[in-house]
Amino acid sequence: MKPTNIGAHDYFHKVVDCQWACPAHTPVPEYIRLIAAGRYSDAYMINWRSNVFPGILGRVCDRPCEPACRRGRVDTEPVAICRLKRVCADLKDDIQDRLPRAPDKKNGKRIACVGAGPASLTVARDLASIGYQVTVFDSGPLPGGMMRSQIPKFRLPDTVIDEECGYIINLGVETRYNQWVNSLRELVDGDWDAVFVGTGAPRGRDAPIPGRQEAAKYIHIGIEWLANVAFGHTTPISERVIVLGGGATAMDCCRSARRMGGEDVKVIVRSGFEEMKASPWEKEEAIHEGIPILNMRVPKEFRHDNGKLSGVLFEIVRAEYDAKGRRSLIPTGEPDEFHECDEVLVAIGQETAFPWIEKDIGLEFDKWEMPVLNPATLQSTLPKVIFGGDAALGPKNIITAAAQGHEAAISIDLFCRGKDLLKRPPPMTNLVSQKMGIHEWSYDNQVSEEERKKVPVKALEKTLKDIKLELEMGFDPFMACAEAERCLNCDIETVFTAKGCIECDACVDICPTECITFTSNGEEDDLRGRLKAPAKNHDQALYVSDVLKTGRVMVKDENICLHCGMCAERCPTGAWDMQKFFLQCAEAGTEPKRT
Amino acid sequence: MTYLAKPKLLRTDAPKNSLGYTRRDYEGAISTLCAGCGHDSISAAIVQACFDLDIEPHRVAKLSGIGCSSKTPDYFLGASHGFNTTHGRMPSVLTGAALANRDLTYMGISGDGDSASIGIGQFAHAMRRGVNMTYIVENIGVYGLTKGQFSATADKGSKSKRGVVNNDTPIDLVALALQLGASYVARSFSGDKEQLIPLIKGALRHRGPAFIDVISPCVTFNNHAGSTKSYDYVREHNDAVNRLDFILPRDQINATYAPGELRRIVQHDGSILHLRKLDSDYDPSDRVGAMNHLQERHALGEIVTGLLYVDSSAEDLHRHLNTVEKPLNQLGDAYLCPGSKALDALNASLR
Repeated sequence: MKPTNIGAHDYFHKVVDCQWACPAHTPVPEYIRLIAAGRYSDAYMINWRSNVFPGILGRVCDRPCEPACRRGRVDTEPVAICRLKRVCADLKDDIQDRLPRAPDKKNGKRIACVGAGPASLTVARDLASIGYQVTVFDSGPLPGGMMRSQIPKFRLPDTVIDEECGYIINLGVETRYNQWVNSLRELVDGDWDAVFVGTGAPRGRDAPIPGRQEAAKYIHIGIEWLANVAFGHTTPISERVIVLGGGATAMDCCRSARRMGGEDVKVIVRSGFEEMKASPWEKEEAIHEGIPILNMRVPKEFRHDNGKLSGVLFEIVRAEYDAKGRRSLIPTGEPDEFHECDEVLVAIGQETAFPWIEKDIGLEFDKWEMPVLNPATLQSTLPKVIFGGDAALGPKNIITAAAQGHEAAISIDLFCRGKDLLKRPPPMTNLVSQKMGIHEWSYDNQVSEEERKKVPVKALEKTLKDIKLELEMGFDPFMACAEAERCLNCDIETVFTAKGCIECDACVDICPTECITFTSNGEEDDLRGRLKAPAKNHDQALYVSDVLKTGRVMVKDENICLHCGMCAERCPTGAWDMQKFFLQCAEAGTEPKRT
Repeated sequence: MTYLAKPKLLRTDAPKNSLGYTRRDYEGAISTLCAGCGHDSISAAIVQACFDLDIEPHRVAKLSGIGCSSKTPDYFLGASHGFNTTHGRMPSVLTGAALANRDLTYMGISGDGDSASIGIGQFAHAMRRGVNMTYIVENIGVYGLTKGQFSATADKGSKSKRGVVNNDTPIDLVALALQLGASYVARSFSGDKEQLIPLIKGALRHRGPAFIDVISPCVTFNNHAGSTKSYDYVREHNDAVNRLDFILPRDQINATYAPGELRRIVQHDGSILHLRKLDSDYDPSDRVGAMNHLQERHALGEIVTGLLYVDSSAEDLHRHLNTVEKPLNQLGDAYLCPGSKALDALNASLR
């Protein structure tokens, strides 16, 4: 193998598994260390810069970082990254004077953002703070989009949404609430330099099976029902409720139904339990609230008595996978199952909807009726119109919307300045030694052996009675510190300098997880098998050094390095060093690299 | 050195031996030696050898004297019996322990100061008596604990860190061991675990005095240009006569060898030593030849390593003295102290 180029910014970025997995590339270990040090406001600001909504995401993020967390590969459970994010939002001081201010002198460019959800608000923040005049349109009375309308208040209270959306609106963003945009042509032809479409995926998918029309009064589309609950339009639900679907919306629906009067609430899903789209913790929480989840059942018919729903008939299936891994559901032949109920919530997916975009204005749609975009720039075929969030590439999650918002803001900025949208500004990276003394590092390199902390929750009897009462209480400072200490500091990188090495084997002998080997070089597959501990995880890189004096190379398997720094402490010549890798994604206004 | 204990987290697929132990279970406390000390590599090699041989840690006794090397038993086999004796006296204490309980595996860890200077008499007599032990000298050529003065194994003409030239003739412990009757004699280098680990395994399973001289660079006082025990010097002048593959009776033999390349030696317990010849003229069963070879190469400035001599049919001290098979601690008071009548009878028989 060739010597690893650690100068390439994505090599060490990939070692920081959580940051790499985060769509917005939040510098996770950096803010976790600040939490351990009690510097909550600093930790909040790091988050705020990257993901815009730390308090919101600290409660309801999809947490792609946690399955990626290295701790999960060497210990039983990953670090509770998401809930630590909430800690810095909960315990911070007033940070308003640390927020950027919009320049007094504007640059004269006017941007329209359609929708006031996470993607639009991110665009608004990034552009307003560098002098753009941004106007946000939304059909609702308040900013927040689906964060406000679909996520139940017991998971995400309004106060948090108000605060974090407020930080953005206060940058001088003009808001036009309660205004439904019904023509893109008007915006494109109007006095706007660019238009951002962040309208999300507002249409809930229906279940067009027999009985749907007749019993329509008792069958609701999940996201519409959730919005009605959120805005206080819906009166209590009946006692017996069936929720169809296995995603996040289905989990929010069933748990909301439990709080709105549902006593016998069931979730019934086509897929198996493991394949459900909802995250494991969402399923756990539903089960905790006494909601059974029944799998491998496809709804066949809504049964009713003259329009009064009596229940749902299900066919029992099993999953089969073809050679390409595609799933098909095959009926098992068992008799169909009938489940009685009074009302049904359909939460089987949601779609984008663009009835307000005229078909003849030069904006192309593909065969799935999704806008044709350049995935790198999110620019549509109408150069002035940029997409982001669920409206761009289909329903994902808030953190993806924020990440796309940043990219869209960069595109809009480049577009307004007449620059090439494909010449994107690079991220800022830094790599600095953390050595403070002979055995002293600027980070706490003792590896915690504590178990993952559980977030305390309020009593179920209480929370089931009040849909606005937040269930989770968040970590207190002591739990937060203990949980933060579980972080392995993967951003403190092991950096090896071949010319300093005397091949004494001290690092090999001390490494607790045996990830360092000195051996003759070879092809990657051969080398992986020859290491002191074979490197079986091909997703994780091998760090290969230049040739050493004996003709061998140092090979380090990045997979389960604990970043404990023992190799560097044991190294007599300083050939190993622990260096902090910091990566901050570019923001709108950053100049592209000169070539 | 490091102050923190090694984290307990280990890879989920860490291999286990037939006793269910991982390699980590054979480790000891965190080393307090200088960072990069060759001794830590020797400790790691001992850990690996004991893990591979499925040795029960509590059936090992590790004894040492005084010095950097003699501190190392604290850093491996944390669950074994240990005894730090006075300076240079490890061999006699070990001899006593071995006589009292022959069921344990005895490991003597010593250094060039402990064995070639203050303890040279003890070393000599343990070898000639045939104590069943593995005697490892961690040979650095200087007195590390007292800031790097030449030790008795420093080569004539080698330079100290301050530039002083050594004028004294060195003691070659391997040559002494051969001459004094050790029945398994090897030399290796702390920076070459592939060679060292099988040599330790063979020694642990050898019956009789097994001696291994391990050259171990002192990173602090003896790893400079002009030293003959630095990492660079030893790598450049290492003249290995053979490579050992240690094979347990239960193991399948997968390796293939070219004809004439291999020498196969079966030890008394059935374990097999496969010696791949690197020097075709070298015969590890010829004691006199070994001594000559050693002297010839030493005169050329080379360091002969490998398994230099083995007598697989050797006998040990227990056989010579016809000692009782059972450990003394299992014999019972009545047997160990049969009373005044028995003493009277014994005395009477000698009158």
